[in-house]
Amino acid sequence: MNWFRFASPASFYPLAGRLAPWFGGGAAGFAAAGLYIGLIAAPTDATQGDAYRIIFVHVATAWMSMFIYLVMAFWCAVSLMFNARLAAMMAQALAPTGALFTALALVTGALWGKPTWGTYWAWDARMTSELILLFLYFGYMALRQAIDEPRRADRASAVLALVGAINVPIIYFSVKWWNTLHQEASVSLTSAPTMAAVMLTGMLLLALAAWFYSIAIALTRVRAIILERERHAGWVGEAALAVRGVR
Amino acid sequence: MTAAAGELGGIPAPGAWRGAAWAVRRDLRLALRSKAELGVQLLFYVIVVTLIPLGVGPDPALLRALGPGVLWVAALLASLLALPRLFATDFADGTLEQMALSPHPLPGLISGKIAAHWLATGLPLVAASPLLGLQFGLGDDELVVLALGLLLGTPTLSLLGAVGAALTLGLRNGALLALLVLPLYVPVLIFGAGAVDAVRTGMGAAAELSLLGAGLLTALVGAPLAAAAAVRIAID
Amino acid sequence: MLESKQLAAQRGAATLFSGVDFKLAPGDALLVTGANGSGKTTLLRIAAGLSHAVRGTLSWRGAAVAPLDPELRAAVMYIGHAAALKDELTAEENLASLASLHNGVATSDAVRGALASWSLERQRALPSRALSMGQRRRIGLARLTLVPRPLWILDEPAAALDTAGVALLCDMLGAHLAQGGMAIIATHQDIGLSGPSVRGLTLS
Repeated sequence: MNWFRFASPASFYPLAGRLAPWFGGGAAGFAAAGLYIGLIAAPTDATQGDAYRIIFVHVATAWMSMFIYLVMAFWCAVSLMFNARLAAMMAQALAPTGALFTALALVTGALWGKPTWGTYWAWDARMTSELILLFLYFGYMALRQAIDEPRRADRASAVLALVGAINVPIIYFSVKWWNTLHQEASVSLTSAPTMAAVMLTGMLLLALAAWFYSIAIALTRVRAIILERERHAGWVGEAALAVRGVR
Repeated sequence: MTAAAGELGGIPAPGAWRGAAWAVRRDLRLALRSKAELGVQLLFYVIVVTLIPLGVGPDPALLRALGPGVLWVAALLASLLALPRLFATDFADGTLEQMALSPHPLPGLISGKIAAHWLATGLPLVAASPLLGLQFGLGDDELVVLALGLLLGTPTLSLLGAVGAALTLGLRNGALLALLVLPLYVPVLIFGAGAVDAVRTGMGAAAELSLLGAGLLTALVGAPLAAAAAVRIAID
Repeated sequence: MLESKQLAAQRGAATLFSGVDFKLAPGDALLVTGANGSGKTTLLRIAAGLSHAVRGTLSWRGAAVAPLDPELRAAVMYIGHAAALKDELTAEENLASLASLHNGVATSDAVRGALASWSLERQRALPSRALSMGQRRRIGLARLTLVPRPLWILDEPAAALDTAGVALLCDMLGAHLAQGGMAIIATHQDIGLSGPSVRGLTLS
């Protein structure tokens, strides 16, 4: 089987359409199992009560927020090196999901912080890095939006994403450095209750759910992007007719 | 880099230095012909710094604690203010195309432009900073480290900013450049302001200054290549 | 020599032109004509190695070249709509600066000579912002005498030029072709260039 066949938007479009529901279903299943463990099966924490349960969601979203940026940067590198349109479209499709997870990580972190430390926002190293990561996502999306010509948008935003990806570890390191120098403001989100096996299982299940959700959404979104950008190509008209025929 | 240079790779060859020297000479001459604009940028720095005590009150202890951060944030903003000038006029009048078509490697020419830009807009901030630091009651050691930190940090700001300026060439959205560039400035701000703070708390600023220097070296290598790639994209 | 095969260009989703073939041997000139918006400038930018073609290939001396290919860059002089002049610099400084950018002759005598040949000796020390469109155009063209390049790509070189200027341009082009040079010129006015090696290409 020649996998490079799927590097063309026209042949990837139907494949993405077939795969997306499976990943969506997987996401729902993992999320249900993970939430069951997190909300019901896991015991109430002695010191934090039930408030700690939000870390099941928080950890998964925080992982995904960083990871999606790296995947996005990977597709951007591929698109620049091989001049591959589909890779650029994948990066474009991932950005809103990455930004969403980053925002969710911030919101869940704040919701966890309030009952636990009495404040929604602390200048914690992780939270601050997440906030800057959110700005990087916004910058990427805003640059794409500002450029009318899709090819230029692909390439310019790819350069930005790569520069950002090189900077993410440096930013994280610098924020950590800054944080240790200002201990008085530091509230570490790592002081979670010691991890029981059941909790770890719940967290991993929710992380898998986030993975599957991201893939399903990215595939669905990339289909929309393909249709929008290839609307003048002949096969898009045929695909549209086929959809109408089915309904 | 007389052989084909990739979008993001290449080793500077002697031609790169000649191109850089050409760009430095030309852009410095242009900067000296429009001194008024340079003065405005420096004044912006001075005024922003002066506004802070008016906002937070004249308490000397508070001002001394805020000083390093304020002076650095203002330097970031002043540096950002000057960025659009770096490529925009050359892009509009066709000079950038001629540079891309010249026999010199584009990253070399762009390094020269960034160097001239820093000399015209960054160095004045460095020179003015000790005077402004006095307004915040910084001690002698702190003033020296402030200027040293800015001397190492503002070129990094110009280099990173050049990538953003090249990416936003010809776009109508003026605030976009700030959104792209300011998050990348975070490490420079942290180590720059941190260096002055470290002196104030008696810890010594060697670590922060070394990190600023390391950041500058990294940016010196990477940013001109990324900016050149962005310029090629903009003129395509 | 410069050769193109099946070049195509797009603006947005609309195709500007497609299937453009041309071949330039030493001594040849190509006059590109066409209505406004037919893609003359785009074709010239592709030929100069500034822009990429959506389809088709461009080859220089028998080898296919990508945009900004160093070999092509070393051979081409592109003069576009924008004259690449700085308002703050004088005519002489502008010309010297551009000539040295392209590794051309930038000595004071040569620059003054080039300005004189385009009847700009009196404007030599004027800042460029004080010059008329035609005079700015002349400075752009004066670069051609300071930077020897086999391939000239000129976008509307006669725009804003007076009759004497057009005649000068035509003489220069004739001499360039006679020495084995090549030229691609986009124009919508007759610049008086003719001969067996001058061919036309009309974009529609």
